[in-house]
Amino acid sequence: MTKLVALPILLPLLAAALSIACGRNRNLQRLIGVVTLTAVTVISTALLIHVDNVGIKVVQAGGWPAPIGITLVADRFAVIMLLIAAIMLLAVLVYAIGQRGAEQRHVAFHPTYLVLAAGVSLSFLTGDLFNLFVAFEVMLMASYVLLTLGGRAEQVRTGMTYVVISLLASTLFLIALAFIYATTGTVNMADLSVRLEDIPSGLRSALALLLLIVFGIKAAVFPLYFWLPDSYPTAPTAVTAVFAGLLTKVGVYAIIRTQTLLFPADTRPGTLLLIVAAVTMVIGVLGAIAQDDVKRILSFHIVSQIGYMIMGLGLFSLAGIAGAIFYIIHHIVVKTTLFLVAGLIELRSGSGRLANIGGLAHTAPWLAVLFLIPALSLAGIPPFSGFVAKLALVQAGLDAGQYIVVGVTLAVSILTLFSMIKIWANAFWGQPHDATESPSAPITAPITVPTVAPISSPRLMMAVTGALVALSIGIAVFAGPLYRLSERAAADLIDTKQYTETVLNP
Amino acid sequence: MTTLLAVIAAVLCGCGTYLILQRQLSRIVVGVSLIGHGAVVLLIGSGGGRGDPVFVGGELRSFTDPLPQALALTAIVITFGVIAFLLALAYLSWIITNDDDVEDDLEDRFVARGLRRRDDMVPADDLLSGNREVE
Repeated sequence: MTKLVALPILLPLLAAALSIACGRNRNLQRLIGVVTLTAVTVISTALLIHVDNVGIKVVQAGGWPAPIGITLVADRFAVIMLLIAAIMLLAVLVYAIGQRGAEQRHVAFHPTYLVLAAGVSLSFLTGDLFNLFVAFEVMLMASYVLLTLGGRAEQVRTGMTYVVISLLASTLFLIALAFIYATTGTVNMADLSVRLEDIPSGLRSALALLLLIVFGIKAAVFPLYFWLPDSYPTAPTAVTAVFAGLLTKVGVYAIIRTQTLLFPADTRPGTLLLIVAAVTMVIGVLGAIAQDDVKRILSFHIVSQIGYMIMGLGLFSLAGIAGAIFYIIHHIVVKTTLFLVAGLIELRSGSGRLANIGGLAHTAPWLAVLFLIPALSLAGIPPFSGFVAKLALVQAGLDAGQYIVVGVTLAVSILTLFSMIKIWANAFWGQPHDATESPSAPITAPITVPTVAPISSPRLMMAVTGALVALSIGIAVFAGPLYRLSERAAADLIDTKQYTETVLNP
Repeated sequence: MTTLLAVIAAVLCGCGTYLILQRQLSRIVVGVSLIGHGAVVLLIGSGGGRGDPVFVGGELRSFTDPLPQALALTAIVITFGVIAFLLALAYLSWIITNDDDVEDDLEDRFVARGLRRRDDMVPADDLLSGNREVE
């Protein structure tokens, strides 16, 4: 069972190499991608069941014991994230195959996508801060390629911003690592957790804040979010969906992991996180309301939703962190689904600009259903998964006596609903626009030039989107067991002793 | 020795920050790589002072800490790869727009023009062509 921990990283990497070798045969590449990601999903499920029953699994790469060698740690939080990421990666890959856009045209799509999967898995599993940097770089390098695949003018423009910002964040991470190594002489997270207790608290706070800024850029929290709504919408739909669902959440994962594990209770920047969370929610949702392009609206909502997760962490209570974990699970599924639906809307009407779409409820009723369920879920309408997630966070906030933040979350939920209704009213109600009649009206989609190849198979895309919608309903139906699982994961995060003991003294 | 490294890192990061704030993509690329070098120098500096070479002679206690050097090497390789990609992207941008400047965000330009109604908008192609002062 221990050996399985390394497989979610190794399998996609090996498959990526194989996929490059089979570059000429697109069907073989598809087969490799789907089989690999299915295997990763199965392995992650097995790991989750095992870790939940038995406890934390640790792998020491090369057999070197913990503070010296590279450590992979599978605890509940890591494995939950691993499983949900694997499911999303698989679903979006199938969607991309159905869409036949970038996936069809570029040899590099499949190998890069698999490298992205490996990077995401490694960032969840690593127990070593420097290795986390490497994981981020693997993931980001793949994301640079995927984001600029096709090399259209606006992709290059936004790609530059994205690459420069990410590179700066990575450099800042390196600087933080240098400081941490200079103060403690280790980069192993479990070892750091022990040694940082003896460091003067001022120094500790500085390190905690530096790491918070680094991961804050990756997670797109206020005031470090500005790159996201600009760069995400220009990528091919499938790529945007997987970025929206996973990449920022890897940043959130890193924030939660480092702030709970590394730093003792007296250095935790709780109030700061709560303020940042509230402002992130408000700014994100206001940005979303101002937009009139489906993908840009959804991109701003990512920023807004990140605030909820940070709020759960900022409470630093069992209920708060459990709520944050549950929120992440719900958010990854729902957000990815919404972007997939946005892709279907563009396929249907040739544009993502709200002005150019209309009447989809008449012409594509199933699409309307597929949009409505995740949209209401995002806004937190009962009985969908968003309601359960928000309820958990609100209760945690009330228990902690943070009434202002709770008030903000409720207000932001209403605004979220408002902007979802804006999409609904414009795209699904009203007069149908005939897409074939004027596909290239002057203002048609400067952001979202239709990149859809005529041979795409909407049926497969609809099926995948439908499956994800069913999954999000499943989250709501099985909210009880899932929340208890999140609570156990949160308990692991709060009681760091078990983590450090398992890693350092196996 | 460590102080010297810290000063070097500070100068590199300072120059890099200045360059990043420029409008030309080529300067930004140079700036980003300077900051990257600064970070690597800091990593080297984090290993403490000078010591004996590892594995060849010397006392066990007087070795230079080899770990930061391994970390620095990894960081150099990664930064090198990303900078190469960035250069390729900057070159592509130059080919497309015939211009080395960073362009404004499209929505920024819409807002700056104070366009209220979509009907009045200049065709999007003009805005995308890199011609920042259309009108």
